[in-house]
Amino acid sequence: MSHIGSIVGREYATRVRKRSFLILTIVGPILMAAVGILPIYLASLPEPARQVVVLDKPGLLKGQRGNADVELRYLGPPEKFELEEAKKLFLQTEEYALLYIPTGSDSDPDFIAQRVQIYGREDVSLNVKSYLEAQIREAIESEKLRAQGVDPALIAQTKTQVTIHSFNLAEDGKEEQSSVELKMAVSFLSAVLMYIFIFLFGAQVMTGVLEEKGSRVVEVLISSVRPFELMMGKILGIGAVGLTQFAIWIVLTAVLYTGFTTLFLGDRLEALRTAQEAGQVLESGGMQNLVGMVESLNFPLLLGGFVFFFLAGYLLYSALFAAVGSAVDNPGDTQQFMMPITIPIIAAFAVSTQVIEHPDGALAFWFSMIPLTSPIVMMTRLVFGVPAWELILSMVLLILGFLGTTWIAGKIYRSGILMYGKKASWADLWKWIRN
Amino acid sequence: MEPLLRIRGLKKRYGAHTALDGIDLDIPRAEVFGLLGPNGAGKTSLIRIINRIVEADEGQVLFLGKPIGPEDVQRIGYMPEERGLYQKMEVGEQAVYFARLKGMTEAAAKTALKEWFERFSIESWWKKKVEELSKGMAQKVQFITTVVHRPELIILDEPFSGFDPVNADLVKDEILRLSREGATVLFSTHRMESVESLCSRIALIDRSKLVLQGPVGEVRKRYREQLYRLEWSAAPGSSEPLWPTGVEILERSEVEPGHHRARLRLPTGLSNADVLRPILEVGEPLFFEEVLPSIHEIFVRTVAGQTQPL
Repeated sequence: MSHIGSIVGREYATRVRKRSFLILTIVGPILMAAVGILPIYLASLPEPARQVVVLDKPGLLKGQRGNADVELRYLGPPEKFELEEAKKLFLQTEEYALLYIPTGSDSDPDFIAQRVQIYGREDVSLNVKSYLEAQIREAIESEKLRAQGVDPALIAQTKTQVTIHSFNLAEDGKEEQSSVELKMAVSFLSAVLMYIFIFLFGAQVMTGVLEEKGSRVVEVLISSVRPFELMMGKILGIGAVGLTQFAIWIVLTAVLYTGFTTLFLGDRLEALRTAQEAGQVLESGGMQNLVGMVESLNFPLLLGGFVFFFLAGYLLYSALFAAVGSAVDNPGDTQQFMMPITIPIIAAFAVSTQVIEHPDGALAFWFSMIPLTSPIVMMTRLVFGVPAWELILSMVLLILGFLGTTWIAGKIYRSGILMYGKKASWADLWKWIRN
Repeated sequence: MEPLLRIRGLKKRYGAHTALDGIDLDIPRAEVFGLLGPNGAGKTSLIRIINRIVEADEGQVLFLGKPIGPEDVQRIGYMPEERGLYQKMEVGEQAVYFARLKGMTEAAAKTALKEWFERFSIESWWKKKVEELSKGMAQKVQFITTVVHRPELIILDEPFSGFDPVNADLVKDEILRLSREGATVLFSTHRMESVESLCSRIALIDRSKLVLQGPVGEVRKRYREQLYRLEWSAAPGSSEPLWPTGVEILERSEVEPGHHRARLRLPTGLSNADVLRPILEVGEPLFFEEVLPSIHEIFVRTVAGQTQPL
């Protein structure tokens, strides 16, 4: 086994020194952060308000000016305009839409509510429409209240915003502020990361095997080392690259996070920590709350879990990827054998979107036990808390799983890498496994 | 002396196809041994078994008297027919890697490689990537990586296929030099041009069986056909020599006036003197040599199925 070290070293060094590794390592987290932040940022950019011309016959909206997105301008005096005339005028202008609120025969508010019309050159956006609907509803509701002799101002006063603060209560009575939303986000992120990592690095193993086979280096190599050493050396080397990348990402993220929170929250963070230790509920400050919740996550468990499930899941799948690489001559031929490997990974990912909703359900349980799906599904569950026995059972099964796939893959690989110019069939693979 | 390799009763089947059917072979030390045979005869299977790349179904390979084991792999240098290097890796780094897989330390590998690179005048390639090299250049590097760890046994599978003539000659010279320095060289080929100038011994495999083996000179004698080439001078106008009975004249010419040439097949039991005597009566013998069949002729004849008794 003395050669495995050299092989791992080569696989690791040649990849880590590549420019693409450096770029992905540094750009990766920035890119991921960008994917998360960019839409929010773009949405927050001030957009010129859309101008809506209003022909408000009954004077329902009372000359409201709209909000930041929708600017209302009234045709007036309303009794002097008819709809047809308004339409013609509208077409001569650059305005976004024309809103028409008709008068009912007896000013019945419900009659009006059903007959409001909006005209646009194109489809009027849902945002604008629902904003206008809300405004008209409020106006009509106020009218109705007034008709019943209730002061709308009184109603406004009685409106109440409710926020439920959730806590996880441990057996020993310790309380922790928790956030299902945050946990769902972390859970989803874990699943995505695991999915990407297994595919990314598993595929690299396959490409590496194909490269060795394609360039015919492989026969020189296996005259010096056993095929199994060669396969494991490659798998471990690339796995180490994956862990390195992950470690750098974690460190980068931690640095960015710490930098961000100290820069923007500074002293308030201290107060938050003190308050948390005292078990107080913080009334306000969404950002501070978020920080508190982020810090309440069990990071050692999450990171440890990720490293374990990545390594074991990667070992399981990369052995299969190596076997596929060995059984074909060129990348185009891999399709046939890739299917059974990719289906469980994709299934695991699909299931994990359900598991986020029901982390303790039967689906979650079984899919986090099956070695082919457990790396992704268990990572999805981990943030919500998993009973220790389930976690341990899942880990043991996964270890058995990768020992199994490595054993099978080793047999396929041993015969496959010496086959040139012929595409293996399923029957060939079966024969090699039995040999 | 114990041969370097002693192969006994080697059998290998792939499904319904028999690749090797009971091969017995001795490869003595410090010889250049040619393993001949048409494509698909089983040469590569035999070489892969010696390299422990595949296992034999039956029989054994003894390396210096002991069954060949994992540790012996380091004493072998192997250049397969299907050869290749990592395209994206630097030449020097790659050569060091291969040497390390053969058990050399990094420092020893570097020293030895620098020597080889100097010998081939390719020091400037050390930092180049393989993909920047021409095919011929890559072949040189490949050869160096095969022999850098000073293997006792060098196995070259079809070493001249794909090599350009200049590199083929270079490799030929190096094979002879390494053999003089004590290495045993086993090379397979289905092209006979290089065999006679290179090999001291050959074995011929055809349809998974060993057809013949032995020192080159001995094999050629075994296939002798009593063919002789004779040249003599005689005064212009002198009569034709009186050939002894049974002599078959295959070719007869007068190269220039008074200079005669003939190719003869002699009947068994006739001595050289019996042939030369009639020449002396008409003129002066200039040249008399037995024409032994070339390895190529033996190969073609044997493989075509006209096998003579060994």
